[in-house]
Amino acid sequence: MQAVRAVIVALAIAGSAQAQLSIEITGGGADQIPIAIVPFAGEAALQPGVTEVIEADLARSGRFRTLYTGPQNPPLNEATNVDLAGWRGRTADALVVGGVYPAPGGRYEVRFRLYDVPKQVSLGGLAYTITPAQARATAHRIADFIYEKLTGDRGVFSTRIAYVVKAGSRFQLQIADADGANPQTAIQSNEPIISPTWAPDGTRLAYVSFEAKKPVVYVHSLATGKRQATASFRGSNSAPAWSPDSKQLAVALSREGGTQLFLVNADGSNLRRLTSSPSIDTEPQFSPDGQWIYFTSDRGGSPQIYRVSTGGGAGERVTFSGDYNVTPRLSPDGKTLVLVTRNAGRFYVAAMDLATRQTQVLTDGGRDESPSFAPNGKMILYAANDGGRGVLAATSSDGRVRQRLSVKAADVREPAWGPFPGN
Amino acid sequence: MRKILLVATMTTVLAACQSTPEAEKPAGVEDRKPTATTPGGPSTGAVKPSTIGGDPLKDPSSVLSKRTIYFEFDRDDIKAEFIPVVEAHGKYLRDNRKAKMLIQGNADERGSREYNLALGQRRSDAIKKRLIVLGVTEVQIESVSLGEEKPACVDHDEGCWYKNRRGDMLYGGEF
Repeated sequence: MQAVRAVIVALAIAGSAQAQLSIEITGGGADQIPIAIVPFAGEAALQPGVTEVIEADLARSGRFRTLYTGPQNPPLNEATNVDLAGWRGRTADALVVGGVYPAPGGRYEVRFRLYDVPKQVSLGGLAYTITPAQARATAHRIADFIYEKLTGDRGVFSTRIAYVVKAGSRFQLQIADADGANPQTAIQSNEPIISPTWAPDGTRLAYVSFEAKKPVVYVHSLATGKRQATASFRGSNSAPAWSPDSKQLAVALSREGGTQLFLVNADGSNLRRLTSSPSIDTEPQFSPDGQWIYFTSDRGGSPQIYRVSTGGGAGERVTFSGDYNVTPRLSPDGKTLVLVTRNAGRFYVAAMDLATRQTQVLTDGGRDESPSFAPNGKMILYAANDGGRGVLAATSSDGRVRQRLSVKAADVREPAWGPFPGN
Repeated sequence: MRKILLVATMTTVLAACQSTPEAEKPAGVEDRKPTATTPGGPSTGAVKPSTIGGDPLKDPSSVLSKRTIYFEFDRDDIKAEFIPVVEAHGKYLRDNRKAKMLIQGNADERGSREYNLALGQRRSDAIKKRLIVLGVTEVQIESVSLGEEKPACVDHDEGCWYKNRRGDMLYGGEF
């Protein structure tokens, strides 16, 4: 045991750079907004420049088509009186202009303005005073501003994702920006780590580690690297899911025989049993309003999605078509249920409209699993397989746009999209 | 000189901690197996000779050296061919009340990791139930699951999947 413990290294999130996720966009949506982002004046002072990060963010969302503009002559910036009528002829519906200016103390000021070209109006702009190290984060915030103004939905470019990298016999739980940049290792182990999930407050992750030669649920504080075994009972402890208030977890435990659902406070106190069935009940997931727990059960003969009130009681069945529907994940608005379905021995991510019960298969990988909603509900991150190697993929919630995120020479799996910052 | 020796000893101890000695592997099974590794590792590096007929758990000719039960797809019933193995361990645990066993259930790679964890649990529970029927006490056995996370075989075909749908019976000091 001692030897095993010794090779588990918990790190506060400040660790060294890791092999970065590289991103490839493999689809294209209709109704994309054509947007021109004029290279920010003076951005060569920053590394990376803000323009490329904003463009990559918007392109990755699948909702924009970025038009190449090149440097303008005379130069344009946020203070320029832009000839919007002229830009209309260049097929841009939206135009972004801005600049980077030296400020006292080695800082920089980044300013920009967004225009609606057809309406020939300004949609606003912002200014940030930053250190050079904040260039990328600032670009994500500008992309969030643009995305929200033009689509009406909140952007997720400033969020983070968690995932597990398996390299050889080593498992790393990593946290990266939503674009794969700045990967950092939260914990490293020579035993598997699965099922990471973000506390809605964004400060902690819960996950399952096998370092004790059996599954144990941990809660891990990202700022301090401190962690606590929240469910470490006799038997198996797995499938953690946070309540919307980040105060409690639903977990699957075998301590009383079989695999059944329990609720437990995040500090491990106040354990109580939620389901009582002679079947498998696992993969709990709170509804966003905290009223229901959706879960996977084979009580009807095949694994299907059910839901039970957080107060307990009998569960009700949610999925009926097919003989394998697992891993329920609810959209942030609670209206869509995403799940993994099996068809002819292959596995796909599908979305079910809870009001109409219509189901749409979103992916085509065949070994797709572990879906996780972006906090704005517009994208779903999931685990896929590429020639025997685990990769992450993302699809728009209508299935039209996909991206693939991979790390060279390693297996990536178990993605979890984090909450909006500052929630 | 003294320093070098110390380093050499530390290396030996570390190696003893981290290596996975390969005792009685069933054919084709490549993963971690029941072994006589002492957690923490021996401090002297000395090898304790194993006498045939001494510890029946380590005697390759004893049925007790068999620790793995294989299962059919989506099943948790113990097949007839494995019943003598479970019964032998039941008798051993009954005769050695201080002996403790960890049963690790496993599943093949297909489908959800968490659902597969529950399927592996069902298999380890099935072995545990059989041992309890044989008179073993509850405190002697813990049944857990490793789901699809510790495959004995990594190809994507039924031959491999069969080897991964298994329960491993490990005694104290073997995991």
